[in-house]
Amino acid sequence: MMSGTMSEIHDPNAPQSTSDLANTGRMDVSAVLDEGRGVVVPESVGEVVFNLDDVHVFYGDFEAVRDVTMQIGRNEITAFIGPSGCGKSTLLRSFNRMNDLIPGARVEGLLAYHGFDIYAPDVDPIEVRRRIGMVFQKPNVFPKSIYENVAYGPKVNGMKVNMDDLVEECLTRAALWDEVKDDLKKSAYALSGGQQQRLVIARCIAVKPEVILMDEPCASLDPIATAKIEDLMKELAADYTIVIVTHNMQQAARVSDRTAFFTADVDAQGVRHGRLVEYGPTRSIFTAPNDPRTEDYISGRFG
Amino acid sequence: MTTATASSAPGGLNPLRQTKPRYGEAVIRGILVLAAAVSLFTTFGIVISVLIPSLEFFAEISFTEFLFTTTWTPLFANPQYGVLPLLMGTFVITVIAVLVAIPLGLGSAIYLSEYASPKARKVLKPTLEVLAGIPTVVFGFFALEFITVYVLKPIFPDIQVFNALSAGLVMGIMIIPTIASLSEDAMAAVPSGLRDGAYALGATKRQTALRVVVPAALSGIVAAFVLGVSRAIGETMIVTIAAGLQPNMTLNPLQGMQTMTSYIAAAGSGDVPTGSIEYKSIFAVGLLLFIITFVMNMISIRLVRKYRQAYQ
Ligand SMILES: Nc1ncnc2c1ncn2[C@@H]1O[C@H](COP(=O)(O)OP(=O)(O)OP(=O)(O)O)[C@@H](O)[C@H]1O
Ligand SMILES: [Mg+2]
Repeated sequence: MMSGTMSEIHDPNAPQSTSDLANTGRMDVSAVLDEGRGVVVPESVGEVVFNLDDVHVFYGDFEAVRDVTMQIGRNEITAFIGPSGCGKSTLLRSFNRMNDLIPGARVEGLLAYHGFDIYAPDVDPIEVRRRIGMVFQKPNVFPKSIYENVAYGPKVNGMKVNMDDLVEECLTRAALWDEVKDDLKKSAYALSGGQQQRLVIARCIAVKPEVILMDEPCASLDPIATAKIEDLMKELAADYTIVIVTHNMQQAARVSDRTAFFTADVDAQGVRHGRLVEYGPTRSIFTAPNDPRTEDYISGRFG
Repeated sequence: MTTATASSAPGGLNPLRQTKPRYGEAVIRGILVLAAAVSLFTTFGIVISVLIPSLEFFAEISFTEFLFTTTWTPLFANPQYGVLPLLMGTFVITVIAVLVAIPLGLGSAIYLSEYASPKARKVLKPTLEVLAGIPTVVFGFFALEFITVYVLKPIFPDIQVFNALSAGLVMGIMIIPTIASLSEDAMAAVPSGLRDGAYALGATKRQTALRVVVPAALSGIVAAFVLGVSRAIGETMIVTIAAGLQPNMTLNPLQGMQTMTSYIAAAGSGDVPTGSIEYKSIFAVGLLLFIITFVMNMISIRLVRKYRQAYQ
């Protein structure tokens, strides 16, 4: 059932503008309201890749993200939206243990990947990150050639592959091959911002991850480069599970299957904690949000 | 609109004109130009004052004898002016120093920048920099009285009291902070996004440090190396004290050697009559030293520029 729905959503011929969302959103929209938390949890996300149960993320004593319970479905694009500082990046970075690199950061609650708690003591964060790649806001290409950028991940992971073929394959998938095939030896810094971001995506898929986390991947790009990355995401969703943080409402509406809206609550001590307010199929979040805060935010009256 | 302009500019003056003279600007500018001029003229003056006696020296001694013969005995009855033994001494001691300082300096830099906790770094970096503040004369006696006697003598029983090895090792220790500190600065300046990118691909700490951070910081690291080497070539006190004053044409570091700098120091502080050929030889050696250091600096500027072009 799910796969039928998916192929429809990622049909390249399908209309892609916001106003046509209704045409593409023929997925399971029966959402239930979790009374206890006031959070809308979709009834089913198909095959579950991430299962979050009561997840809290801390920086030292500061609880940046509080009590998130949600599931992320396979081969879907899930968008995280919400005002600045509500913990979207923090939560996203905890999906592949990038938070381990920040001294004092820690996660409480269950964050399971295919049923395995990724914060269990015997889990190797390097194995986690191999399977769950990440693309950042600023295109962080390495000071190496275009070729070496793509080859870096497979090399450090000791993958036994034909590197030339892999580089070509990944650059092709990232819709960059035609633009760079004649100067693979050139420094990656010579590329434009949009090309660099596609190179980063090529580099990311070269280690054959299952999930790609994207933290505002288009924030530093112009509309044309943004459109290219968005097309690419839709392409990639056939094979990968994608979670994207974005401040661009149209982008969330255009590309994602599901949307999670976060906001920051102020507690009795005046400390702000990020919380999940509403999570559901993108179409219903944008057309019929359950929570007034969601409605205010997406209509631009908030944050 | 016209009335508004007229009212704010009585007498029809241009409202955009400068109303107050800015004397401060001119004063600051003058002081800065003066500062730049002083250092420029000093450099120029040094070059001239080295060049003139050197040219007089080469009027008497041919370039060929100076550069290609292997005996340096300017103070003997039958003086010979082949500078190669001094070059050899400088070369051997510098190589030893660099072999010590580059691995240890770069290693400390990688540790400090990539592995050390912020707390450890806060203690270790200043400690390392204290090493740079120790007077070189102290390093010289450390080499002569401690390294040679207690470390090298037990390993090499027939080592000479004055030897190139102890001077080179201690000089290497002396330039570790230069290399470590500058390399660490270069690595700390690598955007953390690059590290995140590597970790997000499943790279280990070592793979991130060695294959992303070090290449990204390469221009700064190369500059640190070259500065370290320049300091080693120009260093005088340690070699004068610990390496002896015999101009030996040898590659054996267990023997005493004289470097270009220690010849200049020794001859310059002796009672060489001004205007004599011995006196002029000091400047000829100085000129050679100047040229070598100058070329090194040119190379480093080239290297830095090359990597910067490729990576930024
Ligand atoms: N490394 C850190 N150390 C301490 N606190 C942090 C750190 N990174 C983020 N925070 C705090 O955690 C909270 C959530 O930040 P986060 O970056 O996750 O928000 P965000 O939703 O991604 O915001 P934006 O939309 O601006 O990117 C903020 O209050 C922020 O100040
Ligand atoms: Mg963020």
